[in-house]
Amino acid sequence: MPSLQDLAFLGISAFTLASAAGVAFSRKVLYSAFSLLGTFAGAAGLFVLLSSDFIAVTQVLIYVGGILVLIVFAVMLTNKIGDVKLSNQSVNYKVAVPFAAAIAILLISILTSGMWVQKDEAYTSMIVPIGNALLQDYLLPFEIVSIVLLGALVGAMVIVRREVK
Amino acid sequence: MVSLNSYLVVTAILFALGLYNVMTRKNAVGLLMGVELILNAASINFVAFSHFNGNHVGGNVFSLFLIVLAAAEAAVALAIVVSLYKQFGTINADEADSLKG
Repeated sequence: MPSLQDLAFLGISAFTLASAAGVAFSRKVLYSAFSLLGTFAGAAGLFVLLSSDFIAVTQVLIYVGGILVLIVFAVMLTNKIGDVKLSNQSVNYKVAVPFAAAIAILLISILTSGMWVQKDEAYTSMIVPIGNALLQDYLLPFEIVSIVLLGALVGAMVIVRREVK
Repeated sequence: MVSLNSYLVVTAILFALGLYNVMTRKNAVGLLMGVELILNAASINFVAFSHFNGNHVGGNVFSLFLIVLAAAEAAVALAIVVSLYKQFGTINADEADSLKG
């Protein structure tokens, strides 16, 4: 008898993988972008199942609210909407299909060969430990990453700005 | 009880789908979506390992940094794509070969 958690895991991972397949195999780039929404939402669900509530919320805020909007903007700005048809051509899948399948089989067979020692944990909220870790052990990476973000922000604006004489 | 292995299988398939996407797309925005899939697979893996290591906080923090860096990467890469389109009128990754000798 599968427990509720098992059912949730199966449902969420099937949803995630189905929309990831939609991203990979869709022939229209806009449909790929909307499938990506399902993948991000499914990944947020997996984070919740892994008791990382803070990461799940961050995932929804940044990926769905930020990156996906950026991607849809880029699609709209760069594709002539008239030829949305076949805007997402696939090339050389004769090489890519066997290669990706081989990588998947290799990864699965290595990762599930049963060498992990695992401690099963109940659900606990990770917000307080993450907050403490960010301001104690990981303070320097935290500050560096904010400088990286500032650099990316300014860099992105410099790249797309129009030259004004 | 869902074990670590089931998460690893899911993320391996997610990674392979992202790899397939990166290998086959011509559209530069499509390529970026494949990169996002790969990054997501990696960050789910980090969180899964930390969860099954007694809810250790390290994987969570690393995954948080991963999400932040993915946001920075997406912003800069999409800016490059937009300016590529303004410059050449195409976002076909094969045609942006001005640096070819």
